[in-house]
Amino acid sequence: MVDEAGNAALFETLLRLGDNTLVLGHRISEWCGKAPVLEEDIALANTALDLIGQTQMWLGYAAEIEGAGRSADDLAMLRDVWDFRNILMVERPNLDFGHTMMRQFLFDAYHHGLLTALAGSSDPRIAEIAAKAVKEATYHLDRSAETVIALGDGTPESHEKMQTALDLLWPYTSEMFQGDAVDAEMAAQGIIPDPADLRAPWLTRVSATLAEATLTLPQDDFAHKGGRTGVQHTEHLGHILTQMQWLQRAYPGAQW
Amino acid sequence: MVKPDIQTIWGWLDEVPDPEIPVISVVDLGIIRDVVWDGDTLEVAITPTYSGCPATSIINLDVETALRDRGLTQIRLKQKLSPPWTTDWLTAKGAAKLEEYGIAPPSAAGGPSKCPHCQSADVEKVSQFGSTPCKAHWRCLSCLEPFDYFKCI
Repeated sequence: MVDEAGNAALFETLLRLGDNTLVLGHRISEWCGKAPVLEEDIALANTALDLIGQTQMWLGYAAEIEGAGRSADDLAMLRDVWDFRNILMVERPNLDFGHTMMRQFLFDAYHHGLLTALAGSSDPRIAEIAAKAVKEATYHLDRSAETVIALGDGTPESHEKMQTALDLLWPYTSEMFQGDAVDAEMAAQGIIPDPADLRAPWLTRVSATLAEATLTLPQDDFAHKGGRTGVQHTEHLGHILTQMQWLQRAYPGAQW
Repeated sequence: MVKPDIQTIWGWLDEVPDPEIPVISVVDLGIIRDVVWDGDTLEVAITPTYSGCPATSIINLDVETALRDRGLTQIRLKQKLSPPWTTDWLTAKGAAKLEEYGIAPPSAAGGPSKCPHCQSADVEKVSQFGSTPCKAHWRCLSCLEPFDYFKCI
């Protein structure tokens, strides 16, 4: 049994996990039907599907821990911006395909490392969800890394677009590794890894792929943050939610 | 009614087709993890193939319907996440049926050894993702036919 404060920290942690996959899953689903080629369209839609599936497991567990009678659907469809705990990077607009795939790669490399660590969590439910999800993150990462290399080391135009995307996204990556009191409490119990410990392996993985893609790692270490702590989101999250939640807002409890 | 034995029930479940790939059964797919009697209630543990697989709820419905059709009324389906599903659980019968149907079965090599249509070994990957999350899109360079490869996870 965990005490009330422990429950609150665990709930917060599960929201951080589930909101990342929910918001990114929704973002990349926006490509469905209009990606540059059919194969990429299907690949993005399938990745979105995996991420939404993982969301159901994380938010399903979050709802149980909260114990307030809410379901995973309630958490996804009826919370407003200030209650979301995703990192800012995943709510950024897709922009072009290159930017979408660069963000996917930067996230997948983080997600894979995080889920690998979570598969050894002292919380058995988190461990089993992570063990399931890491199998999917593995092929997400294979594919996004492959695409980043193909486009980075592609034509002068694709190279330039990928470098621009990397420069734009880089300041959003540090948020993945910045822990707070919630993380410290959960890490002390062996429930999650210390976010800071995920940084070095991530940087090694990312640097190797970006070097192969002939892209230059930005040196600026300015960090946009506030999403995973709930302090502030970008203006983009509200726009996503209006699209994602409108049906449940307009027709409460609608089912099909 | 007399409680049917577990082996009989496994046989019934082996007649429930996978909704996406109807030539194989849910048992062939390896997603039925456990069938046990808990008193007078039959408990069936099912594991999802992929966490976002949209067929999951249909599979649950089909399993329950099949059991009700056999006269069972007290049925409990439960989701079992751990250990996570792996293509190693696909039965040999299932793999053979997949190939006959035109879907290359999963292979430890990470790709199909041959085209399921013409058996040529001259094949190449088109995309890691095919018509469903569990399949990749390949093509044969001999007969030029595209085909699905059931991914190994």
